Amino acid sequence: MSIFSPDVARDFPGEGTLDKRKSRMGILFILPWIIGLVAFTILPMGASLILSLTDYNLNTPTEINFIGLDNYVNFFQDPIVGVSLGATLKFAVISLPLAIFLPVLLAALLNSEFLAGKRLFRLLFYVPYMVPVVSSAYIWSGTLNTETGWVNRLLESIGIAGPNWMYSIDWIYPALVLIGLWGIGNAMLITLSGMQGVPTELYEAARVDGASYLRRFRHITLPMISPVIFYNLVLSVIGLFRYFETPFILKGPTGDPGNSTLFFNIHLYKEAFTFKNMGYGATLAWMLFLMAFTVTIFLFTTSKYWVYYSSGDKD
Amino acid sequence: MNAYQSRQARLGMTASVTLFACLLLSAFLLPFVYGTLTAFKDKDQIVASATGSIFPMTGETATIDGTAYPIYEVPMPDGTVRELALIAGRRNDSTFIDPADPTATPIEWEGRWRQLEQVMFFDPKFGNFGEVWNGVNFPLLLGNTMAIALFGVVGTLISSILVAYGFARFPIPGKRLLFLLLVGTIILPRQVTLVPTYAFFSIIGWTGTWLPLIIPHFFANAYNVFLLRQYFMTLPRDLDEAAMIDGASPLRVLLSVIIPQSWPAIVTVGLFHIVFAWNDYFEPLIYLLGKPELQPISVGIQRFNFIYDQQPHLIQATAIIGLAVPVLLFIFAQRFFMRGVVVTGVEK
Repeated sequence: MSIFSPDVARDFPGEGTLDKRKSRMGILFILPWIIGLVAFTILPMGASLILSLTDYNLNTPTEINFIGLDNYVNFFQDPIVGVSLGATLKFAVISLPLAIFLPVLLAALLNSEFLAGKRLFRLLFYVPYMVPVVSSAYIWSGTLNTETGWVNRLLESIGIAGPNWMYSIDWIYPALVLIGLWGIGNAMLITLSGMQGVPTELYEAARVDGASYLRRFRHITLPMISPVIFYNLVLSVIGLFRYFETPFILKGPTGDPGNSTLFFNIHLYKEAFTFKNMGYGATLAWMLFLMAFTVTIFLFTTSKYWVYYSSGDKD
Repeated sequence: MNAYQSRQARLGMTASVTLFACLLLSAFLLPFVYGTLTAFKDKDQIVASATGSIFPMTGETATIDGTAYPIYEVPMPDGTVRELALIAGRRNDSTFIDPADPTATPIEWEGRWRQLEQVMFFDPKFGNFGEVWNGVNFPLLLGNTMAIALFGVVGTLISSILVAYGFARFPIPGKRLLFLLLVGTIILPRQVTLVPTYAFFSIIGWTGTWLPLIIPHFFANAYNVFLLRQYFMTLPRDLDEAAMIDGASPLRVLLSVIIPQSWPAIVTVGLFHIVFAWNDYFEPLIYLLGKPELQPISVGIQRFNFIYDQQPHLIQATAIIGLAVPVLLFIFAQRFFMRGVVVTGVEK
């Protein structure tokens, strides 16, 4: 920018070049975000790191002692950490594959040349995503109710005795996954618009060569929408690391049934906001960050092997 | 295959794909229907609908001499079916009265009355909504939610527009890196920064007020900046350059040239924020703990339902009221929402 660009205008003497002036203006405009980034992200993360080395408790705010790495030692010995990571992992194993594949299948259906009333379907499949988590949690816990819910009634009508979704250690995860999948509309919409962006010439060429629908889907659609799938994957994984609201609304901090809903963030919530134990809470938060960071970096590293960016896209 | 056959085949495919989508959609929206119908029932109707009709139904009765008797569909020996009130049911025979003519001689009927079909009528309990409207104090919750949402909209619009304008139109050193950092904050779980932020807000006395739910939005948000920047980039630069040459300051250009052309993106950001504030649960939960008079709708509904654990119909009524605003907002402004989702989702 500096060496080869002509020395545009020194027409504001004493104020430097026009470029400098403009870049000062630009910084001024993005200043709100920079202040916010420092105040609400960078400083808190630093403070969090320092807090995690103390026994700071908001109930006794005047007593604060540096306790070195005690909180981290405690973290690795805390049996609830293992339990909560286990719960999060079990939930992830069921929900992640579904959260990745179902939006693609649904988008393929909504993109089908044979579907009538596309716009209406797209709208209605999206609507549950707009339902506040409090409402969706209660609506689903009613729908999954053993005696009066409709899911078990439907299962019964085809001769299957429905499980006790909300109160069984085994079925609570599928139940929570169902509740989560109700919000599939957002990922579906993004995938759908990805599919609509695939150049039609590609399909026409493949059709001329006699490729079946499945082959076209596998060899044209999937590679072309892989950036969108990657985006959904990253968002789903991040969603797992912040998973809190649905189990908390339904079960509170109890972890019922049998600690199965004691997800990592519920443990964090109890330590930090119920017991006001900021030191250990900050430790849990930092470990959460390290885990999320590691997984995200891992995902981005693998992406170059399977995510296809057409040359114009990388800008 | 001739043209007629291929049109037939196409029609058949369209019919089956559309039918499949309809079935899938019905299953998908089933919980809505369940929640809505349950919200109109009372406890007895919920129990009854576990095996019977899915609708809020009540058995028809006839009041004779101050006592209510249930009405059944009774097959008569002559082959007709009459709707009669059961006044005395025994194992193998029963006594009925014709509710249209209660003074007539009671009718003795042979057969098991338990196998008869009771006459039902559609009886939705609209009162559930009135009960929770006052019980949960929805006017207060809605007012709180609106206030928090609107202050937040003002904050996020002012800040995000300024920041997006900066990123879209000015040469800033390290701009690509900064922008990457901005987008990167999207993937940071908020729990990570919450503990010290909470401690800080608690020390400066902001916990138990709306400030932690409003003030941070005055410092721009990655999604909104991204969406607005993408939009600003599509606007031709000729107009703002012309205005600059005429001596307009950058802020003047923003106000008189950029913003008037960008209202679709600005409306989208506003709508997204309203829905965000409406649905947000975690932060109001921790910051407004023990302050029911300040809580928004999400936290208020949950607090109420913890107390009314044994009243599933009232819980469903609160859930339906809770979703009404965001869902209606989405349906009426779907184009803004969908465009916004696509811009932030696909173009990154």
